[in-house]
Amino acid sequence: MKGLVHSTESFGTVDGPGIRFVVFLQGCPLRCLYCHNPDTWDKHKGTETTAEEILEQYNKNREFYKRGGITVTGGEPLLQLDFVTELFKKAKQQDIHTCLDTSGIVFNKSNAELVTSFDELIKYTDLVMLDIKHIDPQKHKVLTGADNRNVLDFAEYLSDNGIPLWVRHVVVKGYTDNRDDLKRLGRYLAHLKNLKALDVLPYHTMGVSKYGELGIDYPLEGVEALSVQQAVKAKSYIMEGLRDERPRIKK
Amino acid sequence: MNFWYDEWKGFEEGTWSKEINIRSFIRHNFTPYEGNEEFLEGPTSSTTELWQQVLELTKKEREAGGVLDMDTSVISTITSHGPGYLDKDKEKIVGFQTDKPFKRALMPYGGIRMAEKACKDNGYEIDPAVKEFFTLHRKTHNAGVFDAYTPEMRACRSSHIITGLPDAYGRGRIIGDYRRVALYGVDRLILDKMEQKETTRSAMYSQVIRDREELSEQIRALEELKKMALSYGFDISKPAKDTREAIQWLYFGYLAAVKEQNGAAMSLGRTSTFLDIYSERDIRNGIYTEAEIQEMVDHFIMKLRLIKFARTPEYNALFSGDPQWVTESIGGVAIDGRPLVTKMSYRYLHTLENLGAAPEPNLTVLWSVKLPDNFKRYCARLSIETSSIQYENDDLMRFTHGDDYAIACCVSSMRVGKEMQFFGARANLAKCLLYAINGGVDEISGKQVAPEYRPITSEYLDYDEVMKRYDEMMKWLAGVYVNTLNIIHYMHDKYCYEKIQMALHDKKVTRWFATGIAGLSVVADSLSAIKYAKVKAIRNEQGIATDYEVEGDFPKYGNDDDRVDSIAYNVVHRFMEHVRKNHTYRDSIPTTSILTITSNVVYGKNTGATPDGRKKGEAFAPGANPMHRRDTHGAVASLASVAKLPFIDAQDGISNTFSIIPGALGKEDKIFAGDIDVDLDCAGGACFSPTLFDGLDGDIYEEGDNR
Repeated sequence: MKGLVHSTESFGTVDGPGIRFVVFLQGCPLRCLYCHNPDTWDKHKGTETTAEEILEQYNKNREFYKRGGITVTGGEPLLQLDFVTELFKKAKQQDIHTCLDTSGIVFNKSNAELVTSFDELIKYTDLVMLDIKHIDPQKHKVLTGADNRNVLDFAEYLSDNGIPLWVRHVVVKGYTDNRDDLKRLGRYLAHLKNLKALDVLPYHTMGVSKYGELGIDYPLEGVEALSVQQAVKAKSYIMEGLRDERPRIKK
Repeated sequence: MNFWYDEWKGFEEGTWSKEINIRSFIRHNFTPYEGNEEFLEGPTSSTTELWQQVLELTKKEREAGGVLDMDTSVISTITSHGPGYLDKDKEKIVGFQTDKPFKRALMPYGGIRMAEKACKDNGYEIDPAVKEFFTLHRKTHNAGVFDAYTPEMRACRSSHIITGLPDAYGRGRIIGDYRRVALYGVDRLILDKMEQKETTRSAMYSQVIRDREELSEQIRALEELKKMALSYGFDISKPAKDTREAIQWLYFGYLAAVKEQNGAAMSLGRTSTFLDIYSERDIRNGIYTEAEIQEMVDHFIMKLRLIKFARTPEYNALFSGDPQWVTESIGGVAIDGRPLVTKMSYRYLHTLENLGAAPEPNLTVLWSVKLPDNFKRYCARLSIETSSIQYENDDLMRFTHGDDYAIACCVSSMRVGKEMQFFGARANLAKCLLYAINGGVDEISGKQVAPEYRPITSEYLDYDEVMKRYDEMMKWLAGVYVNTLNIIHYMHDKYCYEKIQMALHDKKVTRWFATGIAGLSVVADSLSAIKYAKVKAIRNEQGIATDYEVEGDFPKYGNDDDRVDSIAYNVVHRFMEHVRKNHTYRDSIPTTSILTITSNVVYGKNTGATPDGRKKGEAFAPGANPMHRRDTHGAVASLASVAKLPFIDAQDGISNTFSIIPGALGKEDKIFAGDIDVDLDCAGGACFSPTLFDGLDGDIYEEGDNR
């Protein structure tokens, strides 16, 4: 089987634990306003690559990845669900740590056949980094083009199946910086049994130039990057919600 | 002979107590340290005050246009100047190159014109009597070299296919074993040199005559070293008795070298673990406290930061600044497997915290996977905070140079006191490729520089044809290059001999004949473009290819792609094979390096457009780096391409200049909350952390943030 690969990064340090070989898969159904990889949207581009070829590249420099592993991201990697499953299965045969970075949007709990495929995928997945872009369905839709039902269903599915989970949340001025929303997100997260980390990402403008190259208007023109201090505060609100909610669940 | 001095009390005997052998002393006496940095002490008030004084002088120097004061009449020697101080009462370690800090010495032995120009360009006028003397009565290295150069060598020099030749200035790259001064005292070293002189062969071949003359020079330099130290009030004829003396004795040795030579890289060696043996003994015996020892180290490093030479703006342009390359090698692993990391290794690095970040001395960590984890973490943290540490691969170099080598300049490794290097500048292999295409005609000047080999005349370049011509052109270049260097080193030994540095070497010294390569990634990508894409040569009226059009894509060096990485490998290997075919001065062993860390800009400026699509005058990548923005698969893939180059052919070093923003090295822990479960399972607010909730009212923006 071949996957459509946008690119690979041999020194990924922010996409999972340790130093990671990061595979960016081509294609994404979402159109997040702050997307910094618009060049990965088109489902028909990319380079056809086999799982073996990816693992060969990985193994050439595996010394570097001893405390890391492989991360598949995108685009939305789960558009190529079967390919990711095959890659992770082969990686696990070689004892490589596998991490999936996804929006969860492809999940659909009422599609039994799809769920079976997900059941297979998570057998070989050591860690999922789930990007919850907004806790409010309507605001999620404004931000990404789709509501967050599938995303939250996927989070719960992972929780039920005991898959370690990191939640990522991008904070953008005027979109995802509302204090109540942040606390609400925290309260929601409190219910996820396998939550291992929370990664708050301050919005940055480093992807803007790509829009120019692709000839697309940048939707967040004029929105400033978020400072680290502001992100720290946003994190503390999410944590506050989480801490408020946890004791209630315990009881 | 078995010597024993009272100053050695408490040291374990070994070969070192019978002969001059620092490595043996270290092996028998050092205490490995695997702990963390908690023991370190901050700066004393004297340290802070002295450093403040330095900062003020630095500011004045900058305001004065880069130079504060210059000697224009006193020829610098080991004893030419009286003592100089910042603040005598506060300085725990003393000594400046001239009689006051920030005053640059006059060193004309490398070349009077360079010395004169360095003064002139900085607004000083050299004493006419000095100029006359070094023009009419005393020949310089530079004058000697130009007496012997051939027209072809001159042409190569002015067309910049060979660049940065040390023919008008000191070659540097020699590291005296300054530790010997501390451990043995100068008298013992003189005795040893006298014995060496007595045991030369008795038939007076020119080599024997040269050896005897050089040994006499060395003995004289050692006598001068004692005299210089005495002017600061220290008798260094005997071994140092404690940490302070050991640092001071060692520094005097180094100071003598930088009073005598204005070399392109005057490196210090590998001194920290040696000195640690003294500080361990002193702490054990209650002689000094940790704070006192750190103060000595801070003052020592401060002195090293103030080493200055008189140089021309062109020299500074070539090296992008005013570097001295006071390189100090730290850490590494001993042959017996023990990491050579000691508390003193930490203290040296800690100066970056006590005095602040600085490029000099060039603190270089000899990295091994076997270094203690604590030390690795400390290095990593300081690198992030100061961007001031250089790393080199000890696991690679130990194999060739053992466990008591040090780095001269940026990457040249040599056993301290046992090996030295003849610095060799570099050959521009990218230009060489253009010569191969244009039949030896320079693409910028239009002059015939190389022999008139048949040029390539086809519109599209054919890989096999280009490779064949290129190999022939490299063979020619290697020949003229090595022979140019033979002249340079002959004349340097004759007219600008490094007396004190060689006095701190063994009698039998292994000499490395260094050459260098510039433009490797340009060559690799150019050949890859010719092989995997189509490259059209665009020729001017004279028929010289001056530009190239690349049609299609091609594998680029820096992406862990064997198709092009193997080309880079072959170029290095072939060039080195050609170098080895030549006679090298003084039985030296040829090596090469790929390490143009700063001069890549100048080399690029003097090179026409290349078949990889690089435009005329565009900078080369530094050292063995991939070309800027052509490595698109991240750092590991980029480093992997570099790591494939054959070290055995480029033993003088392969450099990869690597900068990364801290954020790209991992998560900022303030916004990343790991181990959430552990944190929250202690339910009910028991692990409530007040700081986390500080200022929680209101939105996420601090006052003053504009929304």
